[in-house]
Amino acid sequence: MAKLGSALFNRLVIIIPYAWLLFFFLIPFFIVIRISLSETAVAMPPYLPVFDLASGIGGIIDNIKQFSIDNYIWLTEDALYAKAYISSLWIALVSTFLTLLIAYPVAYGMAQAPNTIRPTLLMLVILPFWTSFLIRVYAWIAILKPEGLLNQLLLTLGVIDQPLIILNTNWAIYIGIVYSYLPFMVLPIYSSLEKMDHSLTEAAQDLGCTPIRAFWRVTFPLSMPGVVAGCMLVFIPAVGEFVIPDLLGGSETLMIGKTLWNEFNANRDWPVSAAVATILLLILVVPIMFFQHAQSKADSEGR
Amino acid sequence: MQRWSRFNIASIVIGFAFLYLPIVLLVIFSFNESKLVTVWAGFSTKWYVQLLHNQALLDAAWVTVRVGLISATVATVLGTMAALAMTRYTRFRGRMLFSGMIYAPLVMPEVITGLSMLLLFVAIGFDRGFWTLTLAHITFTMCFVAVVVQSRLLSFDRSIEEAAMDLGATPVATFLQVTLPVIAPAVFSGWVLAFTLSLDDLVISSFTSGPGATTLPMRIYSQVRLGVTPEINAVCTILIGIVAMGVLIASVVSRRREIQRVKDEQAAFAH
Repeated sequence: MAKLGSALFNRLVIIIPYAWLLFFFLIPFFIVIRISLSETAVAMPPYLPVFDLASGIGGIIDNIKQFSIDNYIWLTEDALYAKAYISSLWIALVSTFLTLLIAYPVAYGMAQAPNTIRPTLLMLVILPFWTSFLIRVYAWIAILKPEGLLNQLLLTLGVIDQPLIILNTNWAIYIGIVYSYLPFMVLPIYSSLEKMDHSLTEAAQDLGCTPIRAFWRVTFPLSMPGVVAGCMLVFIPAVGEFVIPDLLGGSETLMIGKTLWNEFNANRDWPVSAAVATILLLILVVPIMFFQHAQSKADSEGR
Repeated sequence: MQRWSRFNIASIVIGFAFLYLPIVLLVIFSFNESKLVTVWAGFSTKWYVQLLHNQALLDAAWVTVRVGLISATVATVLGTMAALAMTRYTRFRGRMLFSGMIYAPLVMPEVITGLSMLLLFVAIGFDRGFWTLTLAHITFTMCFVAVVVQSRLLSFDRSIEEAAMDLGATPVATFLQVTLPVIAPAVFSGWVLAFTLSLDDLVISSFTSGPGATTLPMRIYSQVRLGVTPEINAVCTILIGIVAMGVLIASVVSRRREIQRVKDEQAAFAH
């Protein structure tokens, strides 16, 4: 009896979340792909053919015959989409690099901090993550505006005599992404640096390495798992970012998340937005799988 | 060797100033007398008073809280199950896919998740509104809960569970009386995380909600598009205050639990 109960319990613990994720996370992607092969229609839902399971296998085959790749052809014909994909990847890449540049010294400093204050520092890094993303992006509008707080400060200090135009440029997007995603980069780097054995750097220095050389030859390579995880956590979501380019970027800023949103909400073209999403997913599937692989490996090492 | 060098301190101070200054400025300007959020014109709480008369905003806040409470609770149950499945059963059919479905939502751009869930709801003919919003929030927050609980389960000493089972406890009783009390702090912080993520979400909500189910971030977003006002700063300040309180309470609770746990373990070994 206990054994039967145990087997049932084990099964349910796996099956319930598994089924939930299959239904609400995985299956929707197939629906996206399917709708990307449909035609736009003035109807609700605004695409054709509508999938109807009641029509039987014959009906489904008829539906499949109506599938077309017109939406994808459309995406290649309008240069706007290709530009949006490339500029999203470029913006995400630059922002990831800038985030790493700022996050690494912070994480390094935290890992070197006395044990007593480390939990407090950790808490302070995590705290902004709990405050709304939207609010944190919004806060930068008042700072970066031409008559905003940053320009006021710089003008008062006499550093500049003309207000800097930052808001509605790509620089504002870089700042927004670096700011919003900084904790995602600091935390994994910190945890890999914290685990490190300090006698290794000491040994390197005893053997005649300068501290800087010891850092590049010993510390940095050992922190690579954290660096890779952090870069993935920043890069992947940043490629499809919508809020930051929408609020901080300008009219000429092209990012694919914003394009998808406009295609869906303003143009109400569901099949084209599904096609945009499908290609974005294809671009990101490699980094996502890489990220998952790295995480699973880290988990099994922690076991 | 001086490890905690001046360079280390400087980089931490600069990093933290960068993280916190914008939020501090936002809070300060919510008390601004003037309608501008960039020029200080004296202290005033009038924007907070005005908020109380903004019925649309209050309605949105109520929707947000209800969605948050329901979705965080269900997500915590599902996420804890998922974490158990990931740590306990290293071999089952489709485990790779399962862990993929846990990790992918953490990094998946929200526009993709939002669009795909919306298309699912349309395909199955589920009217968009409060419940579709809640289902979507459960789905993306449960993965965060799973990761948080999983990291606690990895350092969990399974021999006490085995002892309980050997003494005749059923798996459910073992889980409720032995495992759950130990992982409770992680489960609780998973819940808080799920709740705040649900509270914050704009993109997935915009895709999956329908008429009558406008959340606070959606309302704030539409106001921000019209212009920056101290009233929005005031809403944001209240939200930040709530979250800060929640995190503070969560950390105090978990620290107390941790101290209690260490004491209990020491007492157990002493006998």
